[in-house]
Amino acid sequence: MIENFDPLKGEIFQILDEGGRVRNDLEPRLAEGDLQRIYALMVATRVADQKALKLQRQGRLGTYAPSLGHEACQVGTAYPLQKEDWVFPYFRDLGVYLTLGYPLSDYYLYWMGNEAGMRAPENLNIFPLAIPVASQIPQSVGAALAANIQKKNIAVVCTFGDGATSEGDFHEGLNFAGVFRTPNVFVCYNNQWAISTPRSRQTASKTIAQKAVAYGFPGLAVDGNDVLAVYAAAKEAGDRARSGKGPTFIEAVTYRMGHHTTSDDASKYRTEIEVAEWEKKDPLVRFRLYLKAKALWDDGFEKAVQEKAVEEAEKAVGIAESVPPPAPEEIFNSTYKQRPPKLAGQLSDLDDFLKESRK
Amino acid sequence: MIVNMVQALNQALAQEMERDPRVVLLGEDIGVDGGVFRVTEGLIQKFGGQRVMDTPLAESGIVGAAIGMASFGLRPVAEIQFMGFIYPAFNQIISHVARLRNRSRGRFTVPLVIRTPYGAGLRALEHHSESTEAFFCQIPGLTVVVPSTPYDAKGLLISSIRSEDPVIFLEPSRLYRAEKQDIPDGPYQVPLGEARVVREGKNATVLAWGAMVPVVQNAAELAEKTGVSVEILDLRTLSPLDEAAILKSVKKTGRALVAHEAPKTCGLGAELAAIIGEQALLNLEAPVLRITGQDITVPLPKSEDYYYLSPERVLRAVNKLMEF
Repeated sequence: MIENFDPLKGEIFQILDEGGRVRNDLEPRLAEGDLQRIYALMVATRVADQKALKLQRQGRLGTYAPSLGHEACQVGTAYPLQKEDWVFPYFRDLGVYLTLGYPLSDYYLYWMGNEAGMRAPENLNIFPLAIPVASQIPQSVGAALAANIQKKNIAVVCTFGDGATSEGDFHEGLNFAGVFRTPNVFVCYNNQWAISTPRSRQTASKTIAQKAVAYGFPGLAVDGNDVLAVYAAAKEAGDRARSGKGPTFIEAVTYRMGHHTTSDDASKYRTEIEVAEWEKKDPLVRFRLYLKAKALWDDGFEKAVQEKAVEEAEKAVGIAESVPPPAPEEIFNSTYKQRPPKLAGQLSDLDDFLKESRK
Repeated sequence: MIVNMVQALNQALAQEMERDPRVVLLGEDIGVDGGVFRVTEGLIQKFGGQRVMDTPLAESGIVGAAIGMASFGLRPVAEIQFMGFIYPAFNQIISHVARLRNRSRGRFTVPLVIRTPYGAGLRALEHHSESTEAFFCQIPGLTVVVPSTPYDAKGLLISSIRSEDPVIFLEPSRLYRAEKQDIPDGPYQVPLGEARVVREGKNATVLAWGAMVPVVQNAAELAEKTGVSVEILDLRTLSPLDEAAILKSVKKTGRALVAHEAPKTCGLGAELAAIIGEQALLNLEAPVLRITGQDITVPLPKSEDYYYLSPERVLRAVNKLMEF
C-alpha cells in the first residue's frame, strides 16, 4: 500500500468512512479482541483527557494540551508497535502513551508539575514528550541510526503536528533519515491548526505527505479519524522499518477538536461551523458503528468500557496526587550524574533557608 | 611522542574508538576529508563509514541525531565545523542535550561530546573567530571544556568521551598547530573540573583558558622582569568551575586578573570576579580586574588586533592590578 501511494495526487487513504462502512479489500486482519481493545484504548484516551481538563479547571493540574479528536491518530499509531521499538512523542499524545502501557498516573504527574512523571518505565522506550516543536524529529533519526549501527531490527516512531513541518528540524531530520535510510516512522497529525495558525499558513504544498517525495522516501496521507487506516499505515511502515526498507512518512489528516492548550481560546480564530463539520467525523463514532456491524459492540460493552476508563482515570489521579512533592535533592541530583560542588553548595543553602523559614 | 594539538586530539579519538565500539563520530567533512582542521584524519579508513559519519550540512540535525544516538547507547562525538556555526544547534543543546537527564529523571541520558574549534587570532573569515563559551557555561547540565596544550587536549577529550554527561569541547583553533609537546602514546585521562597551575607566582593570579594561556604566559615573563611574580591558572573546565583551585590561588596572591578573548559584558570573567568577591573579599589587595575582548563584533583581519589580547595588553592590566 505504502509504495503504491502517490502523495502528489492529493488522495487520502481511508478504510472506514464517516458512516462506519468498511473497504473490505483494505480491512486489516485484526482479531476481534484487538478490535475491541483498540476501541477501549480510544475511549480510555478520551476519558483520561476529559479528566485532565477537569483537573486543570480545579487547579489540580497545570496547563494542559488536550488530545480530543486525536484518538484514532494516537492509538492507531501506537497499537502496531513492538516491545523493542522506540517512540519520540510530542505534547499532544496521550493515546500513544496509554496504548504503550505507560502509567496514566505518571502522565498526570508530569502535567501536575513533577518531572518524575516523564521517567519512562524500564521496559518502555518512550522519550519524554517534546515541547520545543519538531526538536524530537532529528533525535528520533539518531536513535534509528544507532539501531542501524547496532544491527537491531526495530522501528523508531516520531509524532508531531502540522506546525512542526515548518520547522528547520523537520527538514534536517527527514533529510538525514532519507540519506541514511533509517528505520523511522514519521507520523504527522495534521490537525489543521497550530495554535491560531491554519494549515494554509504552514505550507503551500497541496499535501503534507508529498514532502516525503523530496526526501526520497514514501509518504502517504491517511484519514486520521479512521483508526483502521492509521493502524494499517503505521503497521506497514513499522514492518518496512524493521526489514531494512528505510523511513516512511505518514500524514494523518485530523482536527484539533479542543483548544491548543487550556490557556488558549480557539473561538478567537476559527468558526463553530468548521468545528461542527469535524464533529461529524468523530473517530470514536465511526469505529463504534464498524464494531456494531461486526457484532463486537453493544450497549453493555460500551458501558463496561466507559466504566473501566473512568475507574482507571480516577485511580491514576489518586496515585498521582499521593506522590509527595519532590525533595530539593531530586532536582539537584538529576542535572549531572554526580552533583558538582557548586550544586552541593546551592542545595545546602536552600536547605538552610527552608529550615529557617519553617521556624 | 611529540605531537601538536591536532595530532593529540586525533590520538584521543582513535584510541577511544579502539577501546569502546560505542564511540562514533559524526559531522561535516570529517570522513574522507578528515575534517577541515584534519582532527579526524585517517579515522574513516580505520573505523569505516558507519563509525565516522559524514553528515548533511545541518548542525541542528547533527546534534539532534547525536542525542538520539547517545540515549540509544552509543557514545557519539559530534563535530561542529566552527563555533560560529553552532547556533542552529543551540536549541537542541539547551533544550535537550543539557536537560534530558533531568526531564526523564535519569531514564535517558546524553553521554555526548560536541567538539568545535573556536577563537580569534587566525586572520580568518567572518564568523570564524568568536569565543562564546559563556553561553554554554550558563546552561545547567553541560560540562564545558577547553584545552590549551596537546597533553591536556588528549587527556581531556578522553575524559569527555568517558563522561556520563554531555560535554561542549572547545578547541582553540589558534593552538591547533602552535605548540608541540611530548605526550604519552597510550590513552590517559585529565580529570574534568580541575584547573591546572601553569606557573606559580606570589603577587597576582591570572585566570585564563584556551588560546589565552600562552598569551598570559608571555605576559608573566615580561612581568617577571619588572619584579612581579604572576601565578597562572588554566581553568581547563569552564563549567562546572574548579572554585577551590581559583580561591586557593587568589587567597595566596591577593590579586586576581581574568584574561579572556570573549567580549567583556557577561563574559565568564564576570562570574569569576563574583565568585572571588563573594568568597575571598578579605584576602584581596585590589579589585578583581578583567582584560578581555571588546564588546564589539570580532573585526575582520585588518582590525583584528584592536580586539585580540596581546601579552603587552595583559601586562598592562597586571601592572594596573599591582598599582591599585
